[in-house]
Amino acid sequence: MIERLTRRKLITSGLAAAAGATGLGVAARLAGRYGLVPPDHGGIYGVGETLTYAAHRILTSSLPSRAREFDRSQISKVIPVNGKRPEVEAYQRLLAGGFADWKLTIDGLVTRPTSFSLADLQRFPSHTQITHQACEEGWSFIAEWRGARLSDVLNAVGVLPQAKWIFFFTFDQWWDSLDIPDAMHPQTFLAYGMNGQVMPIDHGAPVRLKVARQLGYKSLKYLSRITVTDTMKNIGDGLGSSAPSAGYSWYAGI
Amino acid sequence: MAGSVQLREVPVAESTAATTPRHPSVVRVTHWITAISVFVLFLSGIAILLAHPRLYWGEVGARQGPSLIDLPLPFVLDVPIRGPGRYLHFTFAWVCVWTGLFYGIYGFVSRHFHQNLLPARDTLSWTTISAHLRFRRPSHDEALAYNVVQRLTYLGVIFVLFPAIIWTGLAMSPAVTSVFPWLATILGGQQSARTIHFFVTILILLFVLVHIVMVIRAGFVVRTMPMITGRRSVGRSSND
Repeated sequence: MIERLTRRKLITSGLAAAAGATGLGVAARLAGRYGLVPPDHGGIYGVGETLTYAAHRILTSSLPSRAREFDRSQISKVIPVNGKRPEVEAYQRLLAGGFADWKLTIDGLVTRPTSFSLADLQRFPSHTQITHQACEEGWSFIAEWRGARLSDVLNAVGVLPQAKWIFFFTFDQWWDSLDIPDAMHPQTFLAYGMNGQVMPIDHGAPVRLKVARQLGYKSLKYLSRITVTDTMKNIGDGLGSSAPSAGYSWYAGI
Repeated sequence: MAGSVQLREVPVAESTAATTPRHPSVVRVTHWITAISVFVLFLSGIAILLAHPRLYWGEVGARQGPSLIDLPLPFVLDVPIRGPGRYLHFTFAWVCVWTGLFYGIYGFVSRHFHQNLLPARDTLSWTTISAHLRFRRPSHDEALAYNVVQRLTYLGVIFVLFPAIIWTGLAMSPAVTSVFPWLATILGGQQSARTIHFFVTILILLFVLVHIVMVIRAGFVVRTMPMITGRRSVGRSSND
């Protein structure tokens, strides 16, 4: 009696485990196909990261998703500056020339690789947003950002259908990437203005990225190049961003 | 063979008690997973907080501006503390949320909340409550069911503190509030959510400390073993 129960229990739990493993395998494959797996999905923290990213992507793609916008009167009086100005000589030279020679190159999986000057970017429809920017440390501010929608610029260069990631490189050694949903989101800007002025040097002049639905560290300053890819391999450590090697997650929608 | 030996050793009264465990297996398993999660969430939460131990009210706040509370803690900006802290916090938040969800559904379906946690109407008087609040050491009989203060406390933790900590956590996420902006605006803003998250943590911590002290006062082994094995008090109280 006891042995039979044990054997039955063993078979049942064995089948349940097999079904569970198959289920997980299928779930993992489906999640990969629908873009629900972040690049830093490995390791002991990967499960939580994947659940967060997948949950956010399912949520933001099935319901209207726009970062909260604020009234002009809510713009922060105090706007903290985080990080240092780029020290590289190339940036110093562009800064000395008033960014007249600055170009943003977009290459990779695009039909028309292009280098845009600041004036070129300003010819795209200009948009503003008054949004919240929170640092992962805990502080935050509200500012008005002016710029071109990244989606407009990407559509102009023609992103190929197999493209999956948009990589951003900067003059201050940070680099990062966005998935297609965040890159194409109407509140993702190539921002060249802040609070009614040209982008201040401390906040990323001449052009910074503004990703309204993620924490501040995703909104890279001092952009120099954008590359469209279908893989994260061979770019840095393959984790899609300089953030994971500094201890933060690639996805910062938290 | 092993079963028959056990049967002979267990007295009749004890064996009937053993068939209806003091704590059902779902309660035991979810209790300990939650306990571990809360411990990790608390430690990793400190690691995150130390990056900016100032609290604000409203939407925004920064070191250069006014604060609501300056916690007497140092600013620790070392990434080796902060990085793992953040990853651990979100990983165990998921563990905690799934466990809580499972427990919550179980609690309603099995009537665990009705039978074990909802206080009987006649116990809801100030005299009963104040008697328990004097932290009288419970008798053996009382150990078999929760008293009114325990019931109200557990209900508060399950249906107020845990939902509040999850809500305020989600209200700090720019992606989540892009879909549900009211999560943050009802609370007065993203920084308010962060501040409430901190104070709910303090309340949960207080609960955990009082809970552990009460368990120790009532008999640590006698109270802890039923939460591990499910069996009613063994040892001292079985001789009563």
